[in-house]
Amino acid sequence: MSGWPILSVVTFLPLLGVLFILTVRGEDEGALRNIRWGAFWTTLVTFLLSLLIWVGFDPGAAGFQFVETHAWLGGAASYRLGVDGISMPFVILTTFLMPLCILASWHVTKRVKEYMIAFLVLETLMIGVFCALDMVLFYLFFEAGLIPMFLIIGIWGGPRRVYASFKFFLYTLLGSVLMLLAIIYMYWTGGSTDIAALLAKPAFTPEAQKWLWLAFFASFAVKMPMWPVHTWLPDAHVEAPTAGSVILAAILLKMGGYGFLRFSLPMFPDASLYFQDFVFALSVIAIVYTSLVALMQEDMKKLIAYSSVAHMGFVTMGIFSLNRQGIDGAMFQMISHGLVSGALFLCVGVVYDRLHTREIAAYGGLVKIMPLFAFTFMVFTMANVGLPGTSGFVGEFLSLMGAFEANSWVAFFATFGVILSAGYALWLYRRVVFGKLEKPALMHLPDMTPRELATLLPLIVLTIFFGAYPAPILDAFGPTVETIIKPLNEAAAHAHALAAASLQ
Amino acid sequence: MHTVLTAIVFLPLIGALVAGLLGTRVFKALGSDAEVYGEHHIQGSHHPHGDHDDHGHHGHYDGPKWPMYLTTLLLCIGALLSWYVFIGFLHEPQVEKVELLRWINSGALAANWTIRVDTLTAVMLVVVNTVSALVHIYSLGYMSHDEHQPRFFAYLSLFTFAMLMLVTADNLVQMFFGWEGVGLASYLLIGFWYTRDSANAAAMKAFIVNRVGDFGFALGIFGCFAVFQTVDFDTIFAAAPGVAGKPMHFLSWEPDTLTVLCLLLFMGAMGKSAQFLLHTWLPDAMEGPTPVSALIHAATMVTAGEFMVARLSPMFELAPDAKTVVVVIGAITAFFAATVGLVQNDIKRVIAYSTCSQLGYMFVALGVGAYGAGVFHLFTHAFFKALLFLGSGSVIHAMSGEQDMRKMGGLGPLIRVTFVMMIIGNLALTGFPFTAGYYSKDAIIESAWFTGWGFAYWLLLLAAFGTSFYSWRLAFMTFSGPPRADAKTMDHVHESPNIMLVPLYVLAVGALAAGFVFKDYFIGHEYKAFWGASIATGDVLHEIHEEGVIPALVKWSPAIAMVLGFALAWLFYIRDTALPARLAAQNEPLYKFLLNKWYFDEIYDVIFVRPAMWLGRVLWKKGDGMLIDGFGPDGVATAVSDVTRGVVRLQTGYLYHYAFAMMIGVAALISWFMFGGAH
Repeated sequence: MSGWPILSVVTFLPLLGVLFILTVRGEDEGALRNIRWGAFWTTLVTFLLSLLIWVGFDPGAAGFQFVETHAWLGGAASYRLGVDGISMPFVILTTFLMPLCILASWHVTKRVKEYMIAFLVLETLMIGVFCALDMVLFYLFFEAGLIPMFLIIGIWGGPRRVYASFKFFLYTLLGSVLMLLAIIYMYWTGGSTDIAALLAKPAFTPEAQKWLWLAFFASFAVKMPMWPVHTWLPDAHVEAPTAGSVILAAILLKMGGYGFLRFSLPMFPDASLYFQDFVFALSVIAIVYTSLVALMQEDMKKLIAYSSVAHMGFVTMGIFSLNRQGIDGAMFQMISHGLVSGALFLCVGVVYDRLHTREIAAYGGLVKIMPLFAFTFMVFTMANVGLPGTSGFVGEFLSLMGAFEANSWVAFFATFGVILSAGYALWLYRRVVFGKLEKPALMHLPDMTPRELATLLPLIVLTIFFGAYPAPILDAFGPTVETIIKPLNEAAAHAHALAAASLQ
Repeated sequence: MHTVLTAIVFLPLIGALVAGLLGTRVFKALGSDAEVYGEHHIQGSHHPHGDHDDHGHHGHYDGPKWPMYLTTLLLCIGALLSWYVFIGFLHEPQVEKVELLRWINSGALAANWTIRVDTLTAVMLVVVNTVSALVHIYSLGYMSHDEHQPRFFAYLSLFTFAMLMLVTADNLVQMFFGWEGVGLASYLLIGFWYTRDSANAAAMKAFIVNRVGDFGFALGIFGCFAVFQTVDFDTIFAAAPGVAGKPMHFLSWEPDTLTVLCLLLFMGAMGKSAQFLLHTWLPDAMEGPTPVSALIHAATMVTAGEFMVARLSPMFELAPDAKTVVVVIGAITAFFAATVGLVQNDIKRVIAYSTCSQLGYMFVALGVGAYGAGVFHLFTHAFFKALLFLGSGSVIHAMSGEQDMRKMGGLGPLIRVTFVMMIIGNLALTGFPFTAGYYSKDAIIESAWFTGWGFAYWLLLLAAFGTSFYSWRLAFMTFSGPPRADAKTMDHVHESPNIMLVPLYVLAVGALAAGFVFKDYFIGHEYKAFWGASIATGDVLHEIHEEGVIPALVKWSPAIAMVLGFALAWLFYIRDTALPARLAAQNEPLYKFLLNKWYFDEIYDVIFVRPAMWLGRVLWKKGDGMLIDGFGPDGVATAVSDVTRGVVRLQTGYLYHYAFAMMIGVAALISWFMFGGAH
């Protein structure tokens, strides 16, 4: 569209910030200020630039846009970037959240320089995942993203950070090895690692599709995370620093859902249909099981982490309903969850920075002294519960609607999640914010600071705006979702015809 | 007209936002990073809001007055505009639609923000905005000492906005928005005095029990979309006859399409309107300030279930089995709530159970097909029930916050105006001839009898007897006899200020005259023209007005029940005041059963709440902890414990090395693939 490679610029701009930060010498207050502002401005400019992608994006078109191609690695793979309706929103979400994360990390004191570098590198890798149009490039970004996150948890995390970062690493790497094997196989049989080409003519036999589907599933299911490979997430969240939790919940988890939509559904439509009930079962278990577990948590971050797993259950359920409402709902749920869960972790960060504990029982009655915090936390609690009028509702509602069309039992059980989410979210709110203010440690906590307000206010505005007017997001991925559904419908018709023929 | 309708809906929202964000202290006392991350030397420094008193409602308010006046003014404008619209509809019923904005569009699904006003909505606009405006005015007095009053008024206005979105919805999804929106406002207002644990518990309970109902509502919406490929009312109603009697695939069965859809949607109505089985939240909701009880938990929000069934009446008309369920649930609720109301001692809880019971009446009317009568009772009930609640608020105000009727008595001469107002409310509620309740309630009982619902007829009649008994019991225990409060409280008893009494006067006029004035439109000979296509009209109301169809005894039976109830209350609480205690002692199991509300809370605690928590803990500790982690990552780690121990030692200080090793690993895999395996 435009003459310059905007995707590459947006992807690698954060590395420019890294270069700047590397030039800063010294550990004094002035140097630290330069590092913080350097990181902040880098992410802010990246965000503003990325808005050009949104502005220039043609929502009516289904194919890839802003495509860049360069030969790479001697022709075996190539450097290809491009976005379509299902990746563009994630690019914007990533660039939008990064400045907020930097702001939320303003008072990190340990190894500030390395901290900011880790985040900026992570940003490049995350944007890369969503922009990559070559499977090798995708894999590289996808896997390399583990490293900065691993460091963020392992260095700036809480007391059990080593255990948590280990668990995180063990799970995610195990899954991705299988994905790598699948990619190699696809290259051998398909002859290309070009994602656009593979999408245009997905040519794997139904039998091969099943194995490939499972290999990709191993990786994406861990990332989502789906039950029963979810147990790394609560630990990782609990130990990660606030901004790490935000990125983890808001962006990294979405890579699984994005992967399903980018690879599994369009490239392996027969297998997706074949495994539909399997994913439904895991999703429903995730929703009900983790909601119940969330109910009993004593640690705020753990509670929100379990609630994330439940919400991701809605996403996988929506995706594998294999119809328009379900996939639209899953996409929207991912974007919305990015805003809402990110904000919830920021809220926990606000009180954690004051009291240095995440234990729910240590709080109570905060509304008395922190009315602004109480208001903010209420907005996101309600969005988490899926109250209509917040962005949380649209995705949950659409994905359930899609599931109902596919299989009413699934919708029936998943809708219990709507009751349970009200249970755990409101109970958390009641124990932290309501009640008498009696604990001595809480008596003089200051309310949210202007900096904290600056991190949370944009999220409040967007959560409510997209709850009332989700069209800008829904319209962006509508045509792309249609193209994903088409081969699925054909596969379903084919399977149906086969079944009918065998009956005769 | 479009501007007027838009203004009616959005004025309260503007009030809520301005008062809530600018009028409260939400943005008033930001902290600073230095306070948070400094050396904590500022601990104990001055904090303008750090002082703590325990009860919000006994505090002092010295903030600005404008948020209260602004919200009240906007609501009064909205109420006047609503009456303007309603009177227009009396002359010329029509359907107005204002399309506002696209909302959720996905494939065939198009749920958009639309204001739809027909006769049914016009009635609701009048009910909601009138009561809301009066409650706003009343609260200017009632809440005048509360330190959080701007927040209170913001919530009230927010509630009104959500309720208006509900009644003006043109599709199921917008209705669901309003539905959950009023639930939010109700949650916030029940828990308004957030330092009270009981209030917080009640607020949560209200929200969650309503969510149980919304579980059905949501599935109903999904089902409607699956069947009709739309969520718009008009399109659904047009297509409904085509699927009548046909089965749909739901779960593993093939039940009748419209019966399933109507029952799922009705589950939502049961939650919101506190019907039998999902009623447990309503009495607890009395933890909220009394004006809230009047507005939300008597006059408006709890009637949303009735509104829904009336709105969807073209669907229910085609699903006779669903209508049967509506009648049965309604009748049981009317009877059940009346029995519990007989023995309650908290003045607000008596009225709460009365509300629950009256909502049951309305459902019976809707279920037997007398939709006009159901909505008429909704309309008249709003006046006299709001009157009773605000009147009881005036009593509580006079008694310095006391709500237990056993500690009242003898208040009649001291607060004469409130006394008269409560009597008017009682007369209307019990259906004294020519008051509002007389017309609407009798029409329901007659309809039940006429349609052959002997079961419902008798339960409603018993409920009418109970209603009369507990209403007069309330009046006698509060206003007559010797005072049972201590001298200090009695000295302090005073009539409420005019700002609280004027709303009572207006409501009293409604309680006396609303039936007489509007009966011809709602249920009389003009009812078909009045309702137009806004509800299914049917012939029930038409036929019961024919001479001689209803025997005299049936016609007079509600009046007889009323007189008997009054007489019994008089016997118990004026003539022989020792009798109730004796009776309670003689029939202790029955008395305990009623006093403990048929033990619903206890039963639900045992079969739902505790198992959920137990399951949550087991799944967490055993499922996640022992099984998944045990055989997963921890198990792997133990199996290779030697390696792990080495690695742990290695990486505690050497994370960089570790990351570096990872990077090498990834690079090696990639290069093997690119240059080794790929050729």
